[in-house]
Amino acid sequence: MVELGKYAGTVLGAYGVALGLILGLVWLTLWQGKRMRRRLEATERELGIDG
Amino acid sequence: MIALLLRDLRLATRAGGGFGLSLAFFLIVTVLVPFGVGPEGGTLARIAPGILWVGALLASLLSLDRIFALDHEDGSLDILVTAPIPLEGAVLVKAAAHWLVTGLPLTLAAPVLAVLLHLPGPGFFWMTVSLALGTPALSVIGTFGAALTVGLKRGGLLLSLLVLPLYIPTLIFGADCARRGAEGLTAGTPLLMLAGITLGALAILPFAAAAAIRANLR
Amino acid sequence: MSIWEYANPKKFMQTSAWVLPWVTGLAFVTLVLGLTWGFFFTGDDYRQGSTVKIIFIHVPAALMAINAWLMMLVCSLIWLIRRHHVSALAAKAAAPVGVTMTLIALFTGAIWGQPMWGTWWAWDPRLTSFLILFLFYLGYIALWEAIEDPDTAADLTSVLCLVGSVFALLSRYAVNFWNQGLHQGASLSLAPGERMAMTFKLPLYVAMTGFVLLFVALVLIRTRTEIRARRLRALEARGRMG
Repeated sequence: MVELGKYAGTVLGAYGVALGLILGLVWLTLWQGKRMRRRLEATERELGIDG
Repeated sequence: MIALLLRDLRLATRAGGGFGLSLAFFLIVTVLVPFGVGPEGGTLARIAPGILWVGALLASLLSLDRIFALDHEDGSLDILVTAPIPLEGAVLVKAAAHWLVTGLPLTLAAPVLAVLLHLPGPGFFWMTVSLALGTPALSVIGTFGAALTVGLKRGGLLLSLLVLPLYIPTLIFGADCARRGAEGLTAGTPLLMLAGITLGALAILPFAAAAAIRANLR
Repeated sequence: MSIWEYANPKKFMQTSAWVLPWVTGLAFVTLVLGLTWGFFFTGDDYRQGSTVKIIFIHVPAALMAINAWLMMLVCSLIWLIRRHHVSALAAKAAAPVGVTMTLIALFTGAIWGQPMWGTWWAWDPRLTSFLILFLFYLGYIALWEAIEDPDTAADLTSVLCLVGSVFALLSRYAVNFWNQGLHQGASLSLAPGERMAMTFKLPLYVAMTGFVLLFVALVLIRTRTEIRARRLRALEARGRMG
């Protein structure tokens, strides 16, 4: 483990917040994308069109 | 265009118009601040220019959604769009009407209310000048914001959110000009910047606002 | 095939489907590389101690926060002039990414500023500018959400983006005028032999590349989602009529 000294909380906190926000955004993007793809496929099947 | 201006002014000064509203709000803010901050004269004198500017800004923000909302409801906005005068001109007239019923009274009321806040002597002149130069920018920027949100049912909150960051430069230069004036420093530079913002906004934003109205009514 | 009213979205979907895995993979690799390099394998600064490691997130995030807005500006211009739907949707897709980057820059800055400047928040010109940028992003996103008709929304947000850009620049100068600030000067400067040691610069460049690629990947995915949403709308409208 890397030695962070007295600023360990600061550095880890900053990395934690930033990674949390990035992962949250990535997750949201993927989730929205997946949901939209499903809905679109369902509607296409209903109307009998293929992509 | 003059007819349009007079019509807007008449509508605003009638009962339920925006005329008294922003002025009353301005009064409330300046009266309430000493209760919150404490009656100590030195503190009040120091923050007086900022308080007056923020109060004037919020007061003019308050009546923005009236600029186009009523015209949109009764359909006269559609007539304006198809009218022979250019829509950009009509937007400018609308902004002018808004300024006459909010910005101008606010500017005139500011020196009176400044007494309550112990504004130092030389500050009165700069306060009035900076408000007189800056409030037209607030009106024009606000008209642009109102044009963006014209079709929305509850656009008030969105309108504030859109307009707020746009107001920041005007506020900075205006309040800075008043503050420097109050402290007896030279206030020429921020005043020139403020005038620049106002002129720039007057020149550019009517076109943007007209484009927004056309998009909204399409 | 008539639903794809415009040839562009279809081509975009094909191209992006091909490009996306590469960009995503590269973004992942460079991000992991840059951040682990920065976190584990750089020394401490003699003044800032280990907090210097925050720079590997802070600076790239700030960079992307501004570049995302620039990209939205370009896309808005393309939409207003050429009326390419993909362009408007890409601008819409970029905004949430931009706002996240702005938030990261603000948060990491605050966390870093606490021990260094002794305060979480200072009304320093750069911090203030980023706060203003954050407000612009919020307004832009809120306007997209508020308007039903997608073309109207695209028009209005584009106009807002143009006007907002002018006022954001104006705010930048106004804020500089208003407070001289205590921020570090430019961390990356082309002038030789100053600012930062190479040991910090290299991982920082890698991290910046990672953030750029991450941005591109996210915007591509989000634009694809928006295009699908647009198609879904069209299909539903047709379903109701038929």
